[in-house]
Amino acid sequence: MRKTLVIARRELASLYGGPLAYVLGAVFLLLTGYFFWSDLVFFVLVGGANQPRGLWRYVFLDFRLVTLLVVPLLTMRLFAEERKLGTLELLWTFPVRDREVLAGKLLAVLVAFTAMLAGTLVGPGILWAFHPFPLGPLAAGYLGLFLLGVAFIGCGLAASAVTENQVVAAMLAYGVLVFSWFATWNEAAIGERVAPFLLQLSLFDHFYGFAQGVIDGRDVAYLLAFAALFVFLALRALGARAWRGVG
Amino acid sequence: MIETRQLTKRFGGHTAIEDVSLAVARGEVVGFLGPNGAGKTTTLRVLAGVFPPTAGEAFVGGHDVVRAPLAARRRLGYAPERPALHLEMTVAGLLEFAARLRDLAGRDARRAAVGAAVERSGLAGTEGRRIGTLSKGFRQRVGLAVALVGDPPVLLLDEPTAGLDPEQSAETRRLVRELGRDHAVLVSSHALAEVEAMADRVVILHRGRVLAADRPAALAARLRPASRVDVEATAPAPALAAALGAVSGVRRAEPIAGGNGHGRVRVEMEPGRDARPALAARVAERGWGLLALAPVETSLEEAFLALVGRGQP
Repeated sequence: MRKTLVIARRELASLYGGPLAYVLGAVFLLLTGYFFWSDLVFFVLVGGANQPRGLWRYVFLDFRLVTLLVVPLLTMRLFAEERKLGTLELLWTFPVRDREVLAGKLLAVLVAFTAMLAGTLVGPGILWAFHPFPLGPLAAGYLGLFLLGVAFIGCGLAASAVTENQVVAAMLAYGVLVFSWFATWNEAAIGERVAPFLLQLSLFDHFYGFAQGVIDGRDVAYLLAFAALFVFLALRALGARAWRGVG
Repeated sequence: MIETRQLTKRFGGHTAIEDVSLAVARGEVVGFLGPNGAGKTTTLRVLAGVFPPTAGEAFVGGHDVVRAPLAARRRLGYAPERPALHLEMTVAGLLEFAARLRDLAGRDARRAAVGAAVERSGLAGTEGRRIGTLSKGFRQRVGLAVALVGDPPVLLLDEPTAGLDPEQSAETRRLVRELGRDHAVLVSSHALAEVEAMADRVVILHRGRVLAADRPAALAARLRPASRVDVEATAPAPALAAALGAVSGVRRAEPIAGGNGHGRVRVEMEPGRDARPALAARVAERGWGLLALAPVETSLEEAFLALVGRGQP
């Protein structure tokens, strides 16, 4: 656990030692801020009385897209950069376990992502100051967004663990995540037998409930399992150096 | 402190090292010598715990690097050939990170360890600088400092002088010698002069196999293909060569350049025979004046080339 914190701390120092984290953070806040404002205007003009269905649903479905855009760029460098620099090879010569390295990096990105999410609270905060509203649905939406981010991060982490090229890592993560979104885009194209099954597996179908203020244990479990699967794959990818012969 | 037994590493169908056995005791510097691609880095990586061997065993400080990886790694410092550094971090920040990973508990212990590593590798004054702003020579030193943090008893240094200027190389060699007094140091190089200057013993690796292991001087003596002398006399070179070639105990005599108007011939003698008195007598017999008769030293370079040549199929 102590080594995990050591790794996480260094990872954060590297992340915030360069421009990437700030640029991603700024774009994330800019886009989420714009979506919040435009969705609010829409709600005020034509949304009706149901705030969770009329406002939060749109806000979180829009935030979801921004998260999809930003997370793979946040995770792409985690292992790919270290592999290219050779620091990953050096890291394996220290008394530290693979899983501690993985956990440390995961923790660092979670911290960075949480900081970004916290920044988006400004809009709802201002709204609440002028016009208080029930906080439950908002909290559910943020929980969902956080869990969705965890799933994205798991996937991005695994993509970064298999290559030394950051662009390849980002593209792999986009490929998996966008596919798991569009797989159920057109139910006619996938056939009646497969559709319900694919629907169960679709990442984004497990987010709709949260966006409308509903926390369902199955959705929580699904998103965490999705992340765990990819973290496991990342661990295996790191272990592959036994036969691949590169750090 | 360092030991490998019949270490073998294959990548797919390619065999990087085969049956490599070597041992390094504390207080000893062993030079790991071989052309590029001989398997030096692969051996060091297995010892350092980067990846496990395909067969054979490797021990660091008595701990099997596969069965007890953490115990083994706790006792070693590894400096890869290409310094692997986080360029956005400061020198002190990176060394502090290394100290934490090496289980140095407490701020004072870590500060002392970082200070000692900085001191030893000649980085004083650069602690607060970002590694990305340092010159190549200094980055190499930072790589070395990372290996030295916490003073692990086993040091694996992969070509520590690669890319350094002559002065920096000399400094690094001096440091390696100094570290050799109370550490077990395995240092790789493809330059013979360098290994001769640093190492108590040399292990020569070629195509993944150990060709020879001995003290540098003994290696040169053992491998000396035949003793040779250069003879210079007041005679035309071809005539001198012909005359000396006929002396008993001489394998070959060939004119060589130089001699300043006089004849100069390199004479190769049969192994174990010293034909020098006979050579001098023959020159006198012909009525020429003997100007020089000097033994030719066999360098480790030649010994190495002879070995490598022998190792080829």
